[in-house]
Amino acid sequence: MGMAAENQFHVLAVDDSIIDRMLIERLLKTSSFNVTTVDSASKALKFLGLVEDEMRTYDTHVASEINQDVDVNLIITDYCMPGMTGYDLLRKIKESKSFKDIPVVIMSSENVPSRINRCLEEGAEEFFLKPVQLSDVSKLKPHLLKSKVKEENEQPIKRKGMEETQSPDKTRPKVSI
Amino acid sequence: MDHLHRKLRDHEAAMFQQGYLDDQFSQLQKLQDDTSPDFVIEVMTMFFDDSEKLLNNMSRALEQVPVNFKQIDAHAHQQKGSSASVGAARVKNVCGTFRNFCEAQNLEGCVRCLQQLQQEYSLLKNNLKYLFKLQQEIKTAGRSIHTRG
Repeated sequence: MGMAAENQFHVLAVDDSIIDRMLIERLLKTSSFNVTTVDSASKALKFLGLVEDEMRTYDTHVASEINQDVDVNLIITDYCMPGMTGYDLLRKIKESKSFKDIPVVIMSSENVPSRINRCLEEGAEEFFLKPVQLSDVSKLKPHLLKSKVKEENEQPIKRKGMEETQSPDKTRPKVSI
Repeated sequence: MDHLHRKLRDHEAAMFQQGYLDDQFSQLQKLQDDTSPDFVIEVMTMFFDDSEKLLNNMSRALEQVPVNFKQIDAHAHQQKGSSASVGAARVKNVCGTFRNFCEAQNLEGCVRCLQQLQQEYSLLKNNLKYLFKLQQEIKTAGRSIHTRG
């Protein structure tokens, strides 16, 4: 078995309903995830260290403002939220240089096919109907493992184990073979 | 202590049978374990607080002139969502009807629905409080005698 830190995925859960936050947190913890919950999309962006300015630059320098200690492996967000919706959040993440590869899952209490399609087209990995069940959460691991593999494949000089702290891709030129 | 267990079991069964609770509540119970031994009570307590706030908001909103049906619908949507999340089936169903009246901008329908909602909510809360009370009694009884296991 590897080190505990390596096996524990960190999920950021976004929902304006306190009850749903309690529920998703319990579901995720029961499935051995580390969980951070926030009550809005803007707080989620803040937590990720994603500031508006970063959107407008293709340069990596601004990205270094990002809190290097924040390591989120998956984002699960409610669709319907006041202010910025889960869909808006999804778009911002997919448009972000640093976070576009983080899998995003959308939750909604309403079964609207056009909504579901729009989210999936925008890059959401899954769309869960509320109330979310343990069986839904069990679908998350493959997406997380897939991202991990993808990450490893893009960096042939991949660090073994976790001796290094989160070393940013940004300082190393992407090696393509 | 057996009679307490029986009381609890019967009361719980009745709540499901009479539609106060649905399978989602069972899901909450399944999520409760040693690492989170008070999960159900914590969630339901939050649900009570949240619901009471929403019911108040809906009540006040219905008294406004003119009535803002969109806002009331937003409250009903929220209440429906949280009810669904905790397995409060009857409350959830009334919320569905309530939303229909909001959409139709039917004030009388909304007022009736709110009354029904308050009623269903009250019944649920009282029944759940009794359930939790029985659970607590069992816990206490279990502590004061050295049970055979």
